[in-house]
Amino acid sequence: MPKHETPLLDQLESGAWPSFVADLKRQAGSRQQKQNEIEFQIPVDVVDDLLGLLELSYVEKEVHWKHGGIVGVFGYGGGVIGRYCDQPEKFPGVAHFHTMRVNQPAGKYYKTDYLRQLCDLWDFRGSGLTNMHGSTGDIVLLGTTTPQLEEIFYELTHKMDQDLGGSGSNLRTPAACLGESRCEWACYDTQELCYQMTMEYQDELHRPAFPYKFKFKFDGCPNGCVASIARADMSFIGTWRDDIRIDQEAVAAYVGGEIKPNGGAHAGKDWGPFDIQKEVIDLCPTKCMWMEGGKLNINDRECTRCMHCINVMPRALRIGNDRGLSILCGAKAPILDGAQLGSLLVPFMKVDESYDGVKEVIENIWDWWMEEGKNRERLGETMKRQGFQKLLEVTGIDPDPRHVSEPRHNPYIFWKEEEVPGGFERDINDYRSRHPK
Amino acid sequence: MATVEFKGKTFEVDEDGFLQKFEDWSPEWVDYVKESEGIKELTDEHQKVIDFLQDYYKKNGIAPMVRILSKVTGFKLKHIYELFPSGPGKGACKMAGLPKPTGCV
Repeated sequence: MPKHETPLLDQLESGAWPSFVADLKRQAGSRQQKQNEIEFQIPVDVVDDLLGLLELSYVEKEVHWKHGGIVGVFGYGGGVIGRYCDQPEKFPGVAHFHTMRVNQPAGKYYKTDYLRQLCDLWDFRGSGLTNMHGSTGDIVLLGTTTPQLEEIFYELTHKMDQDLGGSGSNLRTPAACLGESRCEWACYDTQELCYQMTMEYQDELHRPAFPYKFKFKFDGCPNGCVASIARADMSFIGTWRDDIRIDQEAVAAYVGGEIKPNGGAHAGKDWGPFDIQKEVIDLCPTKCMWMEGGKLNINDRECTRCMHCINVMPRALRIGNDRGLSILCGAKAPILDGAQLGSLLVPFMKVDESYDGVKEVIENIWDWWMEEGKNRERLGETMKRQGFQKLLEVTGIDPDPRHVSEPRHNPYIFWKEEEVPGGFERDINDYRSRHPK
Repeated sequence: MATVEFKGKTFEVDEDGFLQKFEDWSPEWVDYVKESEGIKELTDEHQKVIDFLQDYYKKNGIAPMVRILSKVTGFKLKHIYELFPSGPGKGACKMAGLPKPTGCV
């Protein structure tokens, strides 16, 4: 027997998509059943009360969580999102409903052993509800009480060798695309770089020291499968700088219809036979490709590595061998002064095993932003306020045409005093000697 | 809202144990909170952080950024965590009686 009537939520159990309501109900039932086996550390009916509270929000069309919440574990300034229900008498099971962020493995590869251990811990000390995963990447454990936080943290660290993720004004949990683990387009080992940077900057991740939040994301190529250009203050996107490798026999096989374009991604609809001219050459943004005597040619000097031709003909075209990554900065959501995507800062950098080049750019940016960034100002906003030129100065990077999509059209140009013959100190009397009033 | 009585004083607090009103703060509050914040003995360094947070809050109506707290007290963030294990927000601000930090925490 469900604890609360949920007529509105019940409607979301129909339809083909996996229903979160059905899953929640199953979890609520499972807790009722297992209460004699497991000594649940938070209320048995936490999930029932969550459903009840959600139903109330569906009826009233208003959220029923109180503002904010500051809880955590000793030694860390983040990792736990405190949350309290504003109807604790009616829904005591969710009076406390804190979220714990658990740092996920790069690429989110798991063994069932690990997941079982985590589930056993969470069933025992939490609601058993999760979010796999938060948008930033963390494993999200949804709903527990304050006294359980240190207990869970102890078991995570001592038994599972597993740390919390980030929250607050700090480095948030980095994330990467699957990279070289199972993609032929990965230009560097995204998972390894993600892991190494996560470990290198643990201090910055666990103890907020920044003006505001800061995110890293690692994409293996410009396809952006982890969307770093939109969702990370510093975005690392793989690329190459030599020639695209062409297998002309495979090109012929595509032209001859033996291989499906785009790995068969559009097989659900009849788009006619593959037309390399129409689907590849004419769509190339720089028009640097052509067919000659049945062979595909690419003027690689003019190629901007947009990935289109490679995406269409994965078995004929491969990324180059001289690989590295680009670094882009400043992506953020709209608040306060408008949404931003990452702006290109480092066009190309080789990734070596010391990661010194990457770390140098990161630390130069942090040194500047930590000193100059205003309270709750994202890097993208500091860049807007102080200018892209300043970002180049602090990172020691020379201005390059690749830093702009177009040059400025207004003439409000600042010069440094030393660039101007005679400097800025002028005597009006000297001017008047040549130009009487 | 919960009420706490300690050494003859009464404090109104929220679920996270933050004082509801800054004006209610008294030295007894620090004594009351310190254990739940993992602090055994209050030192001059703890006091220095608390004093600065209170002065800054009275003057500016907000808590200082971490960078400013470090700069003025001369304590690196690492040392602030040694003093206040739950950090400058949950630990030091709570003990100083400042309002609960908000935003995307």
